[in-house]
Order: sequence, then C-alpha cells, then structure tokens
Amino acid sequence: MNEISKQARRYGMIVLVHLGVVILWQLGVSISNIPDYVMPSAGATLLSLGEDYGWVHNTYVTAVEVFGGYGLAVVVGVSMALIFSWFRIIETLFMPLMISLNMIPKVALGPLFIVWLSYGVSTNILVAFSICFLPILLTMERGLREADPDLIDLVRTLRASRWQIFTKIQFPGSLPYLFSGMKVAVVLAVAGAIVGEFIASEEGLGYLMLQVQVTLDTAAMFMAVLLITLVGVVLYGLVLLLEYLLVGQTAKEV
Amino acid sequence: MSESFIQLSDLRKTFKSRGEEFLAVSEVTFDVKAGELVSVVGPSGCGKTTILKILAGIHTYEGGSVNIGSQTNPFDPSKDIGMVFQQPLLLKWRKILGNVLLPAEILGLPRKESLDRARYLLEMVGLQGFEDKYPHELSGGMQQRTAIARALIHDPKLVLMDEPFGALDALTREKMNLELLRIWKESRKTILFVTHGIQEAVFLGSRVIVLTCGPARMADNITIDLPYPRLLEMKTHDEFGKYTRLIYKHLGMEDSEGSPSAITEACRID
Ligand SMILES: Nc1ncnc2c1ncn2[C@@H]1O[C@H](COP(=O)(O)OP(=O)(O)OP(=O)(O)O)[C@@H](O)[C@H]1O
Ligand SMILES: [Mg+2]
Repeated sequence: MNEISKQARRYGMIVLVHLGVVILWQLGVSISNIPDYVMPSAGATLLSLGEDYGWVHNTYVTAVEVFGGYGLAVVVGVSMALIFSWFRIIETLFMPLMISLNMIPKVALGPLFIVWLSYGVSTNILVAFSICFLPILLTMERGLREADPDLIDLVRTLRASRWQIFTKIQFPGSLPYLFSGMKVAVVLAVAGAIVGEFIASEEGLGYLMLQVQVTLDTAAMFMAVLLITLVGVVLYGLVLLLEYLLVGQTAKEV
Repeated sequence: MSESFIQLSDLRKTFKSRGEEFLAVSEVTFDVKAGELVSVVGPSGCGKTTILKILAGIHTYEGGSVNIGSQTNPFDPSKDIGMVFQQPLLLKWRKILGNVLLPAEILGLPRKESLDRARYLLEMVGLQGFEDKYPHELSGGMQQRTAIARALIHDPKLVLMDEPFGALDALTREKMNLELLRIWKESRKTILFVTHGIQEAVFLGSRVIVLTCGPARMADNITIDLPYPRLLEMKTHDEFGKYTRLIYKHLGMEDSEGSPSAITEACRID
C-alpha cells in the first residue's frame, strides 16, 4: 500500500515537472516579444498538428526506422557478443576491430550508405543500426566477460558444463550490462534515423523538419522535435519494461 | 572415523606467467581424517588458495600426489566437494533460496528433496525466513552463511573453506566460528579451513597446518589438544596461548606482541 502510494507520488512529480515546463514556456513566450518564427508558444506548437503535414505518416516512418534499426542492433549486437564469448579466437581477432569501428563517427557514414543503397526507409534503418549496435555489443561482451572467476571456479568444482556456466552465471550476469548499453543505444538510434532523413529522404519527421524550415514554420519544427522525442521515449519505456521483466529490481547497479 | 580421507604428499605446483615459471607450492604433505576439521594458516600469497583449488580439481599440479577418499569412504570429485570462498559469491539476481539451490541444479538433483534440504540448511545457518530475500538485502555475515548452506546442499563429503570469514568484523567472525563448529558437529563433514587468523585456526581445528611462504612449504602440523565443544573462554587458556605462540614463531614472529596482519605483510614482500 505504502509502496504503491510512493510510486504514485513519484510519477505525479514527473508529470508535474513536465507540465510546469510547458506552462513556463507558454508564459515566457506570451510575456516577451519574441517573434513566433523564432520561438513559438506551446499553444502554437500544439496547433501546428492541425496543419496538413502528414504527421501520422511521418511519425510512423520515423518510428519504423528507429525501432527497426534498434531491433536489428539488439539482435546483431547480442548475437555477436554471444559468439565472441563462445569462441575466444573470434573475439581475439575481431574485438580490437570493433573498438576501432566504434571510434568512427557513424553519422559520417550516412552519405556513403546513400551512395551504396540509394535513399529510403531501409537505408535509414541501416544508419540507425550502425550508430547504435556497437554500444550494445560492447556492453554485452563486457558483461559476459565480467563473470567473477571465483564464481566460475565454484561451479567448476561441481563439474558444471560450459552450457550450465553460461545459462546460470554468465548470461544472467551480463543482462544489467546489456541494458545499460541498450539505454544508451536508444538515443543513438533516434539520432541515427533523423540524420538519415536529413541527408536524403522523402518521408519521416526529419524530412518534414527540413520542409517546414523553408517556410519558417517554427511551430511545426518544434512539434516534429517533440514527436521525435516521443518516439525515443516510447522505445526507452519499452526497454525499461523489458529490463524490469528480465532483471527485476535486483542487480541494477551497473 | 580415523582412516585418512585426504592424503597430500610432496605436492608441487608451478604457475607459468609470461614465460617465467613460478613455484607456488612445494613439498606439502599432510593427511586429513574423515570427519576432521583441519585449519591451514599461512601468510598472504603463500599458496593456501592454490592448495584448496588443487584439492577441488580446479588446478592441476606438477608433482606429488593427491588422494581423496578411500575404499570404505569413496569420493566422487563432481559431487563431494562443497566450497566456500572469502567472498560469498552469491548470484545477485537469485533469491537466497535459489542461491542455495545452485549446486543441486548443476548436479541435476531431484528438485523436491533439494528444496526441503535447502530450507533445512537455511534454518541450520540461522536464516529461516530469509529464503525470499535477495543477497543485497542481507548483511555480510548472513551472505556468508548463505554461502555455507550452498556448500552443503548437495551433501558433499568434503568442505573446503577459503578464509570464509576474512571479510567480517571481529565480533561477527567469532560468532561465525561458533556456528561453524556447531554446523560441523551436526553435519560431520570433513572440513579444510584456510585462514589468516592464527587464533581462529587454533580455535577451530583439531589440527593446524602451518605454511610458510615463497613457495608454500609445510612448517608444522600441530595437533590441537583442546576438547570440543570449543568455548570462547578457551582463548584465554595457557594452552591456547602456547599453540598460538608456536605458530607465530613458525611464521617468523618470535615476539607474540605483533599482530597477525603484521606478519602477513612482512612475509609478502620477500
Ligand atoms: N592463476 C595464477 N597464475 C599465476 N600465479 C598465480 C595464480 N594463482 C596464484 N598465483 C600465485 O601463487 C601464489 C599463491 O597464491 P594463493 O592465491 O594460493 O595464495 P594464498 O595463500 O591463498 O594468499 P591469500 O592468503 O592472500 O589469499 C601467489 O604468489 C600468486 O601470485
Ligand atoms: Mg587465498
């Protein structure tokens, strides 16, 4: 009971703080004389949803790119980490390469992808993927490696099989690491998809931003940013939910 | 009761690191009888853990022989070892009960019996009611008791303890010593107890094996002629002091005023 009311108060606070910012925004803009095309008010931003900018479609496209790139990154990142931990030789050969690749500013690859693949949703999925899969791979790989050697020794005294060591110790132990990487990757995936849309595309919220920029419809630009953020927040929420289901409230200290 | 269960003779172990051979254990010979509680003391880095890991089958060794078990008391290396380390090493994503059950799962023991036994063991180590807590909700001493219950879940014949109470404060440590003696009396296991604490070694063991460092060599194998049950007040007895002084002397500290930790450090530098 107490626990529930504590939770309710916490979420109440979060909503209040956000509402407060919106109100301050509205008040600030209406009191000062900042022109609308520089800083639209909260109300004007909301009203821009009435314009015929294909909001639903563009948001959908961006969401597909973000979720697609992110999902792909999780699958590929986790699989590669598993392969690395099972076959040490592959890890020795390729891990340094992965760390070098991680240093490339992936955003700079966007134009190349477009040369290779022409533009479109799948290219943007690839840009989002390439920017966010390395953090997932690297954290998961670290988590699998980090298993306490004494703990491994302990189960080896019981002649535990490699599979048992993996399923009972290494894999569950790596999940908190994986989720810390997955949380970082959410923001990156969103950035990747938008950059892809900026470089070349004919749909999506990033594309829409460039369109309305030309007509100086700043309110619509604000709305686009809010919707992009919303896509990220929804994804982040899903990751938190998954973390809660798989890791629970324990072992969340990484 | 009095046949030997462990026979180590002339044990020799080298580690190779960066092309160099490092002699960690040399000429270690001792016996442990079935049901005996034997302490092993020695300075830090002298090879105590290494010896335990050799007994547990985790490390190989280069010379000498290791025999565990006998015709009348056979030993199955996969099922008959329980191990407790200096840290509790609990799985933080598992509740206490699940942690205790880990060895049973690995060995594929029947679920129902294991559960009953886990509950019984948790009661024995004084943790009834904590089955559904997570490790981080328990104190260090309670976590270590969980580790002891885990080491006993598969009813091993031999329990290897590597400084299990090293991380605890002095008071908790004395309490745990008494509890260990009680658990030992109830379960009648053969226990090899590694420690830095000279007092602890004498208080617990029916014998104390003293190792000196670089490489680990046997300095002595002292029979402690104090009756069980051991009581804390025995630590003030003359006899008790005689044993601890003897061990201090073996470790190169003639003057018994030095603290055990000072000895530990002195030997590590070499
Ligand atoms: N895996 C290893 N590779 C190389 N050297 C090792 C390894 N394990 C232990 N050693 C060396 O062997 C020696 C004995 O180590 P060990 O861990 O057995 O000491 P210990 O007596 O348990 O010390 P402590 O009381 O500090 O735990 C040390 O000098 C250590 O550096
Ligand atoms: Mg040790």
